[in-house]
Amino acid sequence: MTPLLEMRSITKTFPGVKALDQVNLQVMEGEIHAICGENGAGKSTLMKVLSGVYPAGSYEGEIHYDGQLAQFRDITDSEHRGIIIIHQELALVPLLSIAENLFLGNERAKNGVINWRETFARTEGLLKKVGLKEAPSTLIEKLGVGKQQLVEIAKALSKEVRLLILDEPTAALSEADSQALLDLMLELKTQGVTQIIISHKLNEVRRVADTVTVIRDGTSVSTTTAASGNITEDRIVRDMVGRDMSDRYPPRPRNPGDMLLEVSDWNVWHPEQAERQVISDISFNVRKGEVVGIAGLMGSGRTELAMSIFGRSYGRNISGRVRLKGQEIDVSRIDRAIANGLAYVTEDRKSLGLVLDETIRTNITLANLPAVSRSGVINENQETTIAEGYRGALNIRTPSVFQKVVNLSGGNQQKVVLSKWLFAEPEVLILDEPTRGIDVGAKFEIYGIINDLAAQGKGVLMISSEMPELLGMCDRIYVMNEGEFVGELTAEDASQERIMSLIVTE
Amino acid sequence: MDTTNKSLGDYFRHHMREYGLLIALIAIMVFFQVVTDGTLLKPVNITNLFLQNSYIIIMALGMLVVIVSGNIDLSVGSVMGFVGAFAAVMIVEWQVPVSVTILASLLLGTLIGAAQGYFVAYWKIPSFIVTLAGMLVFRGLSLWLLEGQSVGPFPKSFQLISTGFVPDIFPAGLTDALAAMSGSRNFNGLSMALGVVAVAFIIWTGLRDRAHNAKYGIEDEPQAFFVARTVIISGALLFVMFKLSTFRGVPNVLVSMVVLTVIYAFLTANTTIGRRIYALGGNVKAAKLSGIKTERLIFLSFVNMGLLAALAGLIFAARLNTATPKAGFAVELDVIAAVFIGGASMSGGSGKVIGAVVGAFIMGVMNNGMSILGIGIDYQQVIKGLVLLAAVFFDVYNKTKQG
Repeated sequence: MTPLLEMRSITKTFPGVKALDQVNLQVMEGEIHAICGENGAGKSTLMKVLSGVYPAGSYEGEIHYDGQLAQFRDITDSEHRGIIIIHQELALVPLLSIAENLFLGNERAKNGVINWRETFARTEGLLKKVGLKEAPSTLIEKLGVGKQQLVEIAKALSKEVRLLILDEPTAALSEADSQALLDLMLELKTQGVTQIIISHKLNEVRRVADTVTVIRDGTSVSTTTAASGNITEDRIVRDMVGRDMSDRYPPRPRNPGDMLLEVSDWNVWHPEQAERQVISDISFNVRKGEVVGIAGLMGSGRTELAMSIFGRSYGRNISGRVRLKGQEIDVSRIDRAIANGLAYVTEDRKSLGLVLDETIRTNITLANLPAVSRSGVINENQETTIAEGYRGALNIRTPSVFQKVVNLSGGNQQKVVLSKWLFAEPEVLILDEPTRGIDVGAKFEIYGIINDLAAQGKGVLMISSEMPELLGMCDRIYVMNEGEFVGELTAEDASQERIMSLIVTE
Repeated sequence: MDTTNKSLGDYFRHHMREYGLLIALIAIMVFFQVVTDGTLLKPVNITNLFLQNSYIIIMALGMLVVIVSGNIDLSVGSVMGFVGAFAAVMIVEWQVPVSVTILASLLLGTLIGAAQGYFVAYWKIPSFIVTLAGMLVFRGLSLWLLEGQSVGPFPKSFQLISTGFVPDIFPAGLTDALAAMSGSRNFNGLSMALGVVAVAFIIWTGLRDRAHNAKYGIEDEPQAFFVARTVIISGALLFVMFKLSTFRGVPNVLVSMVVLTVIYAFLTANTTIGRRIYALGGNVKAAKLSGIKTERLIFLSFVNMGLLAALAGLIFAARLNTATPKAGFAVELDVIAAVFIGGASMSGGSGKVIGAVVGAFIMGVMNNGMSILGIGIDYQQVIKGLVLLAAVFFDVYNKTKQG
């Protein structure tokens, strides 16, 4: 095998920061190469250097591609040479069809008139290649994220791709969709497409990657090949964080207290499709100082359950009872749910959890403004003190609480969201995918925060798609499938296999 | 020394927008002062500037809130005209007492705002459409109410809303002495005294805020900037108030304008309701999930806009001493332009009251200056349009350079 791509001693500096420092990356022709690293380690910067977003001359070092020195001026330049990036945030136009999206900017046209016959024919061929069974005329908005991801790959294939770069491709996908995507990657490999995958999910990396390069603090730390047999999760994690993480989940004494939250006979219907029941007859409880997990596939109704309880922020015709410490509470509106001791940390922090253009301070106090105000007038000094307190307690890495949250990394943003809900002083916190898209180090810190909450006697309901996380953190796990609870496991009884079998057999 | 210079420059670049606005206003005033041979800043013209722009500024306060919440109100010109017409018909044709008319008119504006806000907030119809409809409806209703005619004149007590002056409280002996000293025919002691009090207040709050910021370790404006800004603002204020005192003193509308500006500046910057409006403009879903009653706030922002549009309508009618079917025509555009020149963002979530007021003054001084110069309405429109574009371009340019 010969290297298709060699990046030698890449150094990229921004005013005041060295984002990349002498990074080396060698990708062999026809392999799948994984790049792992914490958020902010420099993975995205490296890919931007590669694809010409940062043009030749704005960085030091050399890129050799296909045996030549490559000096890309911009992203179209690198695309012409067959380097295509699929970003985490998908770049499809929702109201256009699959076919239109595939050839957007690259239309099958003569003199500006589109040849629809050719467009559709080629689309069908590409969809078959990626294993997507949808008509080319289907609108993108009708597709789930998993299928949209496949459309993105089809789009890459339409451009004669030689090096396909996937940035966190499974971050938003369900287990089944993720598996399908990984299978497709392996399939493309047999067709000779070289691929780079950036991922936090180490089990996936282990499954598909031939070689793993770990980047930490802007430098390449290690490169390991599967052939050597050394790709293990522990090893990758150790390289990523620079220390041994023998225990990825901080320990916590497990002694649940009195009954805290009881939800009974909870039923929810879909907000638009009146006949579709999303949640059926769910009952569950959380005790003081207990961390309770909800496992299930994407689309099993976990988020819908949580949001319907939290002030009916999802669904229609909601029925059922919610009791806190034995007393029935009113959760019919969000402000009442908050006042009665509930908090919901959303899975989608950017669009549902934060006001991105506002400061950390403003975001932290948003759900409990009365606590920093008198007669409706905000005491900004008190507000600052409180925000500073959370910055210290939760280790939010930022020079000041007057930073806009849009400038923070994912892990720090998540800590701001958590701070906001801690300041609302809830009895029960519902955490929906609390560690999605954040790096290993920040994850560990967030687990610590969850443990602290439990130690203070709060109840935590934790929804997660990462089963090891649930198994490592929870005292009890409810298993959910298609809007129903199909099982309940204690920490001792639970295992990935048991959870999956409950989901599959019901 | 080198480093402080660099950081001063950096600070200036980062806060270009705020200083730029103030500098632009001053530059425009100096420019017109020169080209009009000093007419712009004559006492009588300063008084006129306030009278002419008061209704724009009052509506800009409400519009800022609406725009910050992520909406827009295109109907304010029509509503203002309609309320003025309504008041005229009540007073002139139905002989209703002035006080009752004023209350009824403000109530009418509030109801109009509530009606529009209801559709925007609770039915999620885009505000552009609802208020475009409102613009047509109320324009038509004023024509119908006035039967195409002008209605007036008004009794003295009604005109006072707009053209009245606050009576001097100082004894005649003192003011005569001051008049002699300043070389003018008369001198309004109250006006000058208010100017001094206002300057003292500005300096006091400025110093207090700096002390607070220092105590909490908050990065603050460099000392030199603070001093320069305070000196310029105080100087301008004293100058204007002195000029006013050598004429007829403080116009009633100036008082209402200043009081409202202070109230709205406080409301938007220091209260929970203000904070929540910025939050919902920034991200309505996140605000909602934080327990904020977003619908109610949007509804209230339109109610408030209706109330202020009604007040503007009364002031406008009182100043012209007649209600005409054309009153308020295209005024919404001046109001919206003022808010955007003042730095508010089209997508909501940002913008300041003081910016909107300065933006309105920039438009007002240009209108006034160009009229003194006898520039035709055709060129005036072109120039105003270009200024709006330049201001927003400046914003976007700054952001992309920093981003």
